[in-house]
Amino acid sequence: METTNTPEVVLSVRNLIKDFSIGKKKTMRAVNEVSFDLCKGEALAIVGESGSGKSTGARVLTRIYDKTGGDIIFKGQPLDEFVKQHGSLEYARQVQMIFQDPFGSLNPVHSIFHHIARPLLIHKRADKKTIEKLVYELLELVGLFPAAETAGKFPHELSGGQRQRVAIARALAVDPEVILADEPISMLDVSVRLGILNLMTDLKDKHGISFMYITHDIATARYFAEKTAVMYVGHMVEWGNSDKVTQTPQHPYTQLLLSAVPEAGQKGRRELGAKKGEIPMWTGDTKGCPFAARCPRALDKCNDSFPGVTQIAEEHFIRCHNI
Amino acid sequence: MNNSIASAPNQQSQFRQTCSTVWMKCKAFFSGNPPAIIGVSLIMVILLGALFAPILSSHNPDKRVARPHVAPNAEHILGSTRNGRDVFSQVLYGARKTLAVSLFAGIIAMSIAIAVGVTSGYMGGKVDEWMNFATNVFLVFPQLPLLIVLAAFLGQVGSMVIAVLLGFTSWPWGARVIRSQTMAIRNKEFIISAEVMGESKIRIILVEILPNLISIVFGGFLGTVIYAMGAEAALGFLGLGDATEVSWGSMLYWAQVSSSLYTGAWWEMLVPAIALALTGGALALINMSIDQVSNPKLKTGPHLKLWKKMNHETEKRRGLV
Repeated sequence: METTNTPEVVLSVRNLIKDFSIGKKKTMRAVNEVSFDLCKGEALAIVGESGSGKSTGARVLTRIYDKTGGDIIFKGQPLDEFVKQHGSLEYARQVQMIFQDPFGSLNPVHSIFHHIARPLLIHKRADKKTIEKLVYELLELVGLFPAAETAGKFPHELSGGQRQRVAIARALAVDPEVILADEPISMLDVSVRLGILNLMTDLKDKHGISFMYITHDIATARYFAEKTAVMYVGHMVEWGNSDKVTQTPQHPYTQLLLSAVPEAGQKGRRELGAKKGEIPMWTGDTKGCPFAARCPRALDKCNDSFPGVTQIAEEHFIRCHNI
Repeated sequence: MNNSIASAPNQQSQFRQTCSTVWMKCKAFFSGNPPAIIGVSLIMVILLGALFAPILSSHNPDKRVARPHVAPNAEHILGSTRNGRDVFSQVLYGARKTLAVSLFAGIIAMSIAIAVGVTSGYMGGKVDEWMNFATNVFLVFPQLPLLIVLAAFLGQVGSMVIAVLLGFTSWPWGARVIRSQTMAIRNKEFIISAEVMGESKIRIILVEILPNLISIVFGGFLGTVIYAMGAEAALGFLGLGDATEVSWGSMLYWAQVSSSLYTGAWWEMLVPAIALALTGGALALINMSIDQVSNPKLKTGPHLKLWKKMNHETEKRRGLV
């Protein structure tokens, strides 16, 4: 995604590949040839259906999983070199993650105070005297009032939205450069989603934190993120400026995804215009375009080779043979 | 909700607050939980009896202090044995030995179970494979026969040897349960987020995983203690323990040897048997009540009462009652 006059690139990913072994000698390719740049103070939304490799990609970036191939460049240094030079703890500090399930991401036996104090203590950003004040500041920053009372509570005493705010406060505690948000609002009530999104927008704009926002909701992607990338079965099929991708989608999959968004005032069923093909099982040897089986515009060569990158407008890229 | 963190750094008030929190928790544990009340009070009585045995008993349990098989009377509340020992004193002193053996065995077994279970569940991979293999090997050993063979091989063994033997043979069950629960917790997002945060492995195990296992660990511990008590008594009864030590097992052994039931001296046999049954029952009741605390779905007692009341009212309204 070579965009012009971009601000500082914090994290850049080139041709990332992640294989999982399934059984003996068989591998499943969860992420294939994914490349993107994450700029300072910008959000990149990764949109895709379940199993399209969005979360796997994020987990490779947090070093929970090891990558199979490709390069991850953090602050101009390859990831391995960065870790060798600054230690894995420093990378863990700079790249934080927010999880999908606010009910599973907080330990039920510990108080909120513990959850936010731990990262501060691990990364030596506070000592015993200052920690109380810092924790309260963080809780207030994410909009949990009164902070002292909230800190003494346990996760089961908070609502889903409040817990997600705690998770965000925990990620913020170490002053990260990048936050990988793995479907942070998908398990929340519709009424509190906007609050969380606005909170993240604030953090992005005021604190210059870069977000990788993983979602399957293309509407919030456009609302929150400057850039959007659409993924299908581990491949990035279309990416670029959020408005362009969502307003003038060019890839048949993006078009299909957008036509599935319900609209107010819509009557009856709409034809989605896709063949009812199978979602392919991708391995290292599979050839062709992953969407070919379901694509209404598929050509013969779509089954033979994965299309290269085509720039169709400024800040708008696509991987499709039949544009 | 009391908040010890937000309170003033005054140590005394903090201490008072902690005390009140503990008190509140105890109250919550016992209210509407009859098994807990019965179990804990029984165990308290037994423990106090064992602790204050020298004060409570008027006779030396190892000395001949009465004629053989004296029926319960004012001087010998629970009668005397064939050898003229005072049964009441013996049961009090025997509690010390039996409880010490079973608690010691329980602690050994649960320590091994936690170490093996949590490590293999959290680490996974090769470590898990080998540890699970070892667990399975120990699991298929028939424990009591093994103990009998070992005890017979070692000759008449002391009670602490029995405790160690019991501890080292009864951990696999707990280890398996803890392992599977650890595996379930390991993939929870709060563990992953602790890893992403840079928390050390040992801290994740001790601070993040272990507190979630407390009810299982405690339940397993009580189960092992009950089992160890039974096994110790069984070994003693078979004469494989040290018959000169006073324990409930050796009391049963002597009662059997002197064929007390045939001669009508039921007290010599029944007293240690009832003591064993009561202690085991009390521990089982506590175990049950812990289950109810850790798993709110099992809190059926009060709910069942409420349901019955509501059902009765409904039926009354329908004119059925």
